[in-house]
Amino acid sequence: MIDHLNWTATSVFAVFFLGVTVLGFVAGRWRRGDLNSLHEWGLGGRRFGAWVSWFLIGGDLYTAYTVIAVPAVVYAVGAYGLFAVPYTILIYPLLYATFPRLWAVTRAKHYLTAGDYVYGRYGNRWLELAVAVTGIVATMPYIALQLVGMEKVIGALGFEGTGWLSHLPLSIAFVILAIYTYQSGLRAPALIAFVKDIMIYIFVIAAIIVVPMKLGGYGAVFDAAAAALAKKAALTGKPAGLELQPAQIMPFITLAIGSAMALFMYPHSMTGILSASSGTAIRKNAFMLPAYSLVLGLIAIMGYMALAAGIEVQDPQDVVPALFAKMFPAWFAGFAYAGIAIGALVPAAIMSIGAANTFTRNIWRPFVDSGIGPREEADLAKLMSLIVKVGALIVILVMPTKFALDLQLLGGVWMIQIFPAVIFGLFTRWFSGWALLVGWALGMVTGTLLSAGVASWTPVHAVFGLGFSAYNGLIALVLNVGVAGILSALLPNRAPDETVATDYEDEVVTA
Amino acid sequence: MKNILLAIPCLLAIAVPLYNSDSPRLFGFPFFYWALFALVPVSALFIYAVFRLDGGK
Repeated sequence: MIDHLNWTATSVFAVFFLGVTVLGFVAGRWRRGDLNSLHEWGLGGRRFGAWVSWFLIGGDLYTAYTVIAVPAVVYAVGAYGLFAVPYTILIYPLLYATFPRLWAVTRAKHYLTAGDYVYGRYGNRWLELAVAVTGIVATMPYIALQLVGMEKVIGALGFEGTGWLSHLPLSIAFVILAIYTYQSGLRAPALIAFVKDIMIYIFVIAAIIVVPMKLGGYGAVFDAAAAALAKKAALTGKPAGLELQPAQIMPFITLAIGSAMALFMYPHSMTGILSASSGTAIRKNAFMLPAYSLVLGLIAIMGYMALAAGIEVQDPQDVVPALFAKMFPAWFAGFAYAGIAIGALVPAAIMSIGAANTFTRNIWRPFVDSGIGPREEADLAKLMSLIVKVGALIVILVMPTKFALDLQLLGGVWMIQIFPAVIFGLFTRWFSGWALLVGWALGMVTGTLLSAGVASWTPVHAVFGLGFSAYNGLIALVLNVGVAGILSALLPNRAPDETVATDYEDEVVTA
Repeated sequence: MKNILLAIPCLLAIAVPLYNSDSPRLFGFPFFYWALFALVPVSALFIYAVFRLDGGK
């Protein structure tokens, strides 16, 4: 199991991992609050200012899986993988325009989740349930993929084994995470995010300076990558290269738009952003967070660095660990791996908290036990955060990784279907709850059917009559909005709305 | 006005035909890459401008 272990890298890795474990446990005392209330455990008491939120949201959205998967796509097919950059450019104007309003109304009405808000706005329990279930189902595979990211770097340290033994380091790491999240709530990932983000900034800066120096500069890196991609394209017959092929352009654009619209619908994004201390903290983050997008772009380029360095891996997802192993001394590779593994802990913790808040508030309380008190609510959410994480771990242990990948792809297609209910609602109450629910259901079914390919699930589909392919989530959303619009015009819209216009405004007045 | 300022970086980001080319290169980066990377801070500047217009400090 440990015959081929790289002891230097593993020691560095272990030191950092132990360090953040200690942080995770002491985090409960940071900005002390009553952790037996869901508001404190699951939303950090909404006391994170602009800088803490910057680290927290950055650590939350730019996950370890991103660090593994984006360069993997770039390594495999080239420019297409760069859709992550326009995607992360689109999200911040959207964040600025919408989330200060959502933050204001959730604070005014003591909402914790998207489901809470949707029920308050539309007075429809079934729409609330739809929003909650979509969020939880889409989050589970996302947590599982964080585990995939961790497993890649643990594997790169030299751990090997057969059967359950091969998953032992991962399982131990995840159990530790589960326990400190249970105890400290959102404060744990908030504190650990500082360490994670700084480590990732350090190893990315090191990589973008050191690797091109060894390979003869960026021009040489790109030229070598272009040659390698041309060889791949000739071999597979699939488009690959430094620029997009004409047939890739519309999928590239629609994938960027659709991913941007889906991102903030995920419960973990909601939790991360709503824990900010003010609408202004969110607005500041809208222009501070793009720093991470730049890092993401540079991480994507690591796929080309690997091609230029002649790295051959069976699974493209091993490409980043392989690059660090080849280009850096063992101690620094260990540091980078630790950064990625800790980078998995932060989003995994926030995702499990977001899913737990959603389950407690929008499934358990309205449909199972409406008399639940604040203390029991917090206890239930803590328990749920454990169950969600154990569930994700079991998925990784017993299912092929492909299963989690496919589910994650579908998760994005599903998540975007609650966009009308959540975001349109911030600006207008013209849509009715039932109309939005029917639109959601149609969008879910259409998006899933479009994604079902002959051999595997695919994210894009030819658009009927237009001659190009587009992201399934976006095609389904068009249908969703169209149906919701028609039904809202036809059906009576008499359900109560417990919010008023001023609930959506905070200290900065946006006209 | 503010919505237009927020929309400009979005439209540039998805205007793929504008930047889908190898030349001109900058520090060895093909245009596709450096244009996208440059757009990231530019988009932040647009958002910052809206923040100031909203009275933010």
